[in-house]
Amino acid sequence: MTAKHIGLNMKNATSLGFYVFLVPIILWLGLLIVIPQIELLIMSLRFENDDEIMVWSFENYKEFFNNDIYWLTFLRTAMYAIFVTFLTFIITFPIAFYITKIVNKRYSAFLIILLLLPFWVSELVRVYGWTIILRESGVINYFLQGMGLTTSGIELLYNDASMIMGLVYTSMLFMVVPLISSLEGMDDSYIEAAHDLGASKLTIFFKIVIPYSASGIVSGSIVVFMLTLGNYLTPNLMGGKNSLWFTEQIYNEFIASLNWNQGAAFGFLLLALSSFIIWLGLKLTKQNLSKALS
Amino acid sequence: MKNVLEIKKLQKQFADHNAVNGIDFVVEEGKFFSILGPSGCGKTTLLRMIAGFLEPSSGSILIRDEEMIGIAPNNRPVNLVFQNLALFPMMNVEENIAFGLRRKKLSKEIISKKVNDILEKVHLKGYGKKEVTQLSGGQRQRVAIARSLVLEPSILLLDEPLGALDLKLRETMKIELKKLQEEFGTTFIYITHDQSEALVMSDKVAVMNNGSFEQIDTPKNLYANPKTSFVAGFVGESNIFLGKHLKNDAVVLNNSLELKVTCIEEISEKCKVYIRPEAIILMPEANLEDLNRFTLDIKNILFDGSNTKLLANIHNTQEEIQVSLPQNRQFSHIKLGDTIEAAVHFNDCKTYRA
Repeated sequence: MTAKHIGLNMKNATSLGFYVFLVPIILWLGLLIVIPQIELLIMSLRFENDDEIMVWSFENYKEFFNNDIYWLTFLRTAMYAIFVTFLTFIITFPIAFYITKIVNKRYSAFLIILLLLPFWVSELVRVYGWTIILRESGVINYFLQGMGLTTSGIELLYNDASMIMGLVYTSMLFMVVPLISSLEGMDDSYIEAAHDLGASKLTIFFKIVIPYSASGIVSGSIVVFMLTLGNYLTPNLMGGKNSLWFTEQIYNEFIASLNWNQGAAFGFLLLALSSFIIWLGLKLTKQNLSKALS
Repeated sequence: MKNVLEIKKLQKQFADHNAVNGIDFVVEEGKFFSILGPSGCGKTTLLRMIAGFLEPSSGSILIRDEEMIGIAPNNRPVNLVFQNLALFPMMNVEENIAFGLRRKKLSKEIISKKVNDILEKVHLKGYGKKEVTQLSGGQRQRVAIARSLVLEPSILLLDEPLGALDLKLRETMKIELKKLQEEFGTTFIYITHDQSEALVMSDKVAVMNNGSFEQIDTPKNLYANPKTSFVAGFVGESNIFLGKHLKNDAVVLNNSLELKVTCIEEISEKCKVYIRPEAIILMPEANLEDLNRFTLDIKNILFDGSNTKLLANIHNTQEEIQVSLPQNRQFSHIKLGDTIEAAVHFNDCKTYRA
């Protein structure tokens, strides 16, 4: 046995290990993601013409642009998803900063667990929790009436504000975790050095803290944006009939109208939209995807 | 010479102990002043109070006759070079150096001129566009110093900035730092636990222990005339012997060897005698006076190039002693097991309270 033989065996061993781990991922991606997507893509391009014959056509996509309600809902969903992402960032950043930089290190693990705790309960239960608090006969109205501020109950649910609140609430965890991990990596001496070089607290925040945690902000934002854009439960339960979330249109096509071809086309439009907005976001903030997700 | 920094009765109390315990000192304009002490002696606390990151419990800090207590770090005319340098990783060299200038709202032309000038002065011309991660340890060091010096502070504070470098580079940077300080003429206050850094670079060194200064002196005086046993032990190497003090500056070690010594402090009975390894004279001539003479049994030769030492027992005693060999190789014939005559001058046996 020469050294050359051993070397060859080692190489074989690593490549075997590589394939052993790669195959399940390929199978998973292929069988559960790629093949169904191809099936949906084909479906979205099939259209039943007046003679009730399935033909290849862009008719399903044309329908989207011809009907105001569809593309207005689409636009509204995109705008609100961006807004929710931004709002989530504004709310969670101080929390992440407090946990990593201000509070005594001994308590930060405890505080992170407190943050995670509500997420051990399913999203459905948490959203119903909100409806119990906000509805006409709910907790807030009970206190308002008790204090004599109102006689009849006020409906706090089923409006844009309650829907956005619900979406922010369900997304917070996915923003706060990457923020905490990127802020944890930031040495306090950067802040002190900037302070020493004459920067005010505001300047330190915008010139040092934000740029340093940019990768965490971007990865958190991507996750929150995609989850919000594709969320069905929260807009439906907290926004009610008025929520006009694009996922509901897709659901309606598949389940209510049983028009799978139309639903598939909408699904692809949503995929294209989220990809485009993320690409645009990365371009505008001069980040790159692999760096943000690493 | 005018004083750039004047510290009066400075004290910092933490929950359970006094980190800085009523310190008074002044630093003259344009000097390289080092604060030398073991870790935990309070030197970092002192530095952070001068920089403004910590508020003292009491006392005052005057920089060019202006009281600094209550002034935030960004408004003090001092800059700090951090132990880990704290170069901003998301900015290149130029942006790092310009960071402080931008805060002063200077015009773009002036900023870029100042940045280029200082890069040239620290021998990093043309490195402006490099990312800080692309630089070597020594280059990062110089960028950190340039980033502070470009603001023309009254005092530059340095918090063990050579600690992270490897030995060879540290030796080079020591000399380079000293040169930079002379070129810029800025007052440097340098804290370190490495006595060689402090001795090589400084005009004056303050030795700190347990929150107080033991001695403030020139490196030469500190080495030659340590005022306390802590300084004698911390600065340079010494053979330390426990002994009993008799009268007339005589000390007996372990009831066996009697030495004539120089007492630095008032001593009652127990005492410590400090003898530098290089103070021991091998094969002294018979006519020399004021010497303690003894015989050495060579137990080992600790070879370390120019710093080679003999490890020996003083004949007929249990006392072990290290002796530096002279540079001229006059004694390179000494072997293990040899017996050799030796002596030490009374003045080189510095004696302190035990």
